[in-house]
Amino acid sequence: MNGAIQVTEVRMRVNGTTRPVELEPRVSLLDALREHLGLTGTKKGCDQDACGACTVLVDGERVLSCLGLAVQYEDREITTIEGVDDPLQAAFVRHDGLQCGYCTSGQICSALGMLAEHRAGMPSAVTEDVSTHPTLTTDEIRERMSGNLCRCGAYNGIVAAIEETAR
Amino acid sequence: MTQAPPQPPPTRTRTRVLGEPLNRVDGHVKTTGAARFSAEYHYPDIAHAAIVHATISRGRITAIDASAALDVPGVHAVITHENAPRMQPPPKPSILNLATLASPTSVNYLNTDEVHWNGQPIAVAVAETLDAAREAASRVRVTYDAQPATADFEREQPNAIPQKNSPIMPASGSKGDAVAALAAAEVSVDLRFTTPMQNHNALEPHATTAAWDGDTLTVHDSTQAIDWTRQHLAHKFGIKAGDIRVVSTFVGGAFGGKGSVWPGTILAVLAARVTGRPVRLMLTREGVYRTVGGRTPSAQRVALGADRDGQLTALIHSGVTQVSRVGGGPEQVVSQSRHLYDAENILVEQSQVPLDALPNTSMRAPGEAIGSYAIEAAMDELAYRLDLDPIELRMRNEPDRDPLTGKLFARRGLRDAYALGAKQFRWQDRTPAPGSMRDGRWLVGMGVATAYHPSWQFGANLTVRIDADGTVLVRCAFHEMGMGGATAYAQVAAHALGVPFDAVRVEYGDTDLPIGPAAGGSAQTASVTSSILEAAAKLKRDLRKLAQRAGVSPTEPPTTILTRAGRDHLTATVGSDTRLGQITGQVRFMTKFLRDRRRYMKAACGAHFCEVKVDQDTGEIRVTRWLGVFDIGTVVNAKTAASQLRGGIVMGIGAALGEETLVDRDTGRIVNANLSEYHVPVHADIPRIDIECLGDPDPTMPLGVLGAGEVGIVGVAAAVANAVHHATGRRVYDLPITLDKVL
Repeated sequence: MNGAIQVTEVRMRVNGTTRPVELEPRVSLLDALREHLGLTGTKKGCDQDACGACTVLVDGERVLSCLGLAVQYEDREITTIEGVDDPLQAAFVRHDGLQCGYCTSGQICSALGMLAEHRAGMPSAVTEDVSTHPTLTTDEIRERMSGNLCRCGAYNGIVAAIEETAR
Repeated sequence: MTQAPPQPPPTRTRTRVLGEPLNRVDGHVKTTGAARFSAEYHYPDIAHAAIVHATISRGRITAIDASAALDVPGVHAVITHENAPRMQPPPKPSILNLATLASPTSVNYLNTDEVHWNGQPIAVAVAETLDAAREAASRVRVTYDAQPATADFEREQPNAIPQKNSPIMPASGSKGDAVAALAAAEVSVDLRFTTPMQNHNALEPHATTAAWDGDTLTVHDSTQAIDWTRQHLAHKFGIKAGDIRVVSTFVGGAFGGKGSVWPGTILAVLAARVTGRPVRLMLTREGVYRTVGGRTPSAQRVALGADRDGQLTALIHSGVTQVSRVGGGPEQVVSQSRHLYDAENILVEQSQVPLDALPNTSMRAPGEAIGSYAIEAAMDELAYRLDLDPIELRMRNEPDRDPLTGKLFARRGLRDAYALGAKQFRWQDRTPAPGSMRDGRWLVGMGVATAYHPSWQFGANLTVRIDADGTVLVRCAFHEMGMGGATAYAQVAAHALGVPFDAVRVEYGDTDLPIGPAAGGSAQTASVTSSILEAAAKLKRDLRKLAQRAGVSPTEPPTTILTRAGRDHLTATVGSDTRLGQITGQVRFMTKFLRDRRRYMKAACGAHFCEVKVDQDTGEIRVTRWLGVFDIGTVVNAKTAASQLRGGIVMGIGAALGEETLVDRDTGRIVNANLSEYHVPVHADIPRIDIECLGDPDPTMPLGVLGAGEVGIVGVAAAVANAVHHATGRRVYDLPITLDKVL
């Protein structure tokens, strides 16, 4: 082996616990979670911002963890699926909003972030009147969740689970 | 119906469990992040690997310079054909040993300087961290002697060669003189269709974690065939299969793309061998496109002749697909056209074009998924020429027996499926003239198409154990890629043994368990169900004997019998994992398979109903309503079965409207090897999809179960194309139906 890898120490606050992690500055938040912190619930589907499988919550907002570096998120409040405890999870199971389960963590984190965005009054591309607080219709949910791919095609169940939980 | 209605399966449980829409048993671990996939097993000292891909389409490597790669801090090794240990080349495929089919190519990776396709793995870098491995892989400099490649499917079609017939999948067939009948037909259509290459794009990229301990090997691999993977690795690395354990508890989607041993698995094991470290290799998304085959493109012709009443007199369906010069299989695109319509004269034939390309492979309903687009769109077109409702045309040509062979259909609920579907979808509201229905600026269209997929059954070894405390354990190395097997088989075992669902635990996805079938051909549920029923029958016999010996009434519950007999458990075994046992099992399976095939056509079928809206100005196409009515025999779990069928429809909508692997015509290099430019359906593309299952058991299948994994996608693209035609008057002959094609 040719020399040691240059590492830097980052304080990562994940699911309420702060841990120092030694990693290369080029390591993505996703790889830091999976390979350095052993939090493999967050999934890698494309590693290039196209599938949503790696979605986590940072300070309550949904973030694609493959697209940022771990060092950018020092001391931010990161929530991964392992730190989520929400009725939405049971709703996913009841409505069969999953098959293989690989996109599921991202769908759930994304949905929680999306519901917070909606509560804050943020419009989407299908919002008819952006001057009013949008109603969370089925079409709004579909539009807002379209960054999270599910190749098994569990979309109907996912939307039903989100609708039930949002009610 | 072609025969007397079969008897309903006997119900032995007090509370019904078979067919109930129970939640999947792994729902909790999958919604909390606890389910571990193949890249998620932690070993101390694990190293990471990254693949170097060839950038020429054919030729030889003349020099490979790894010095810059080896300079990267943290790199353990760069393995190339110059320094890799020798491995056995893939075995010759043989029907007598099905595991020889595990390798999709004849290439002996990293043991050859030959390049056979653009993207072939030619080196692997192993390093302390993933980023170091990736950087090292990017620094490997390769010089080639490039040769001209044959890579253009369209240009090579005139050189297509007829496909060979196989006893399992006949490539051609005929009845009467279809060519003459077509020429003489009162009404006819003669249409050409093309479909592009498509990729599975399971959300989990293929991943392998490999750890050697001396000459024994543990492999966590995302695969649909753990036993074939084990046998192939044993062959490649010259060790005993018994010294290899392959674990694959959760697979993040597969759809056929994980049915073979693709290079990533072999290179991970090789890298671990060379470095003496456990190694993880997860393909990049681009790496999946470069090293795992997709669905072949196709060019098809469908010609139909009919009399003025709509009775088919001629049916011709021919298809051209591609194979690689180093592997890949025939794609039976004309398959369903052998079985769908009662035409007096039929001709189906297939040919293939060998290319310097990554071998194609099975993708959800190989053959039928794209073949149904051509035959079912042609039927729609013929209905217009006849001024006949497209459902009525199908019903007038619904056969009593298999049109080509005269065999009986074991089940065929198509008439019922269309009748129920038409009512529920309000088909009567459809005005037949294209462009006649509107919703404001949107043109509205409704289309139908038939789904048909043959049902298979393979051997499954397993054990079922019942404990004195009443719990039941089913152990079988089957696969879970999202179908919900563990849930469904617990239902089957609970039903067969008359125990509560919650009392049954199912272990799977590990070669330490009795060997199950590879997950393919929509066969897993029927295969495993058959063995569970056999084991349950054995257990009941043994319990009766035990009761007799212990002087207990055999009507007492198993717990009482076992306790009174002083036994803590009783186990029933089906099949044997010994070499001899496996061969015996295979022979037994093939004998039964061929005998059954002689008597019956077994297939799942269904009717798709699709509504689209097309923007009158932009041509934007939205699928707005969907109903699929299916005959999949007995439904084991109404919730997971509906999800499977829905999933097929979603993938079919993708094929209809967006999916296309773009291939450079000169180099064969895939140019959209990512999820940004390969458009799989997203939430916003998919409306509510209603599913109905007829539910009657197939009398020739275990518990009456037919396959549900693939039939859902068959006919979907045609239903969309037919609806788009109804909305706009445009018949699109080339998938995907993008908006430029309807403007």
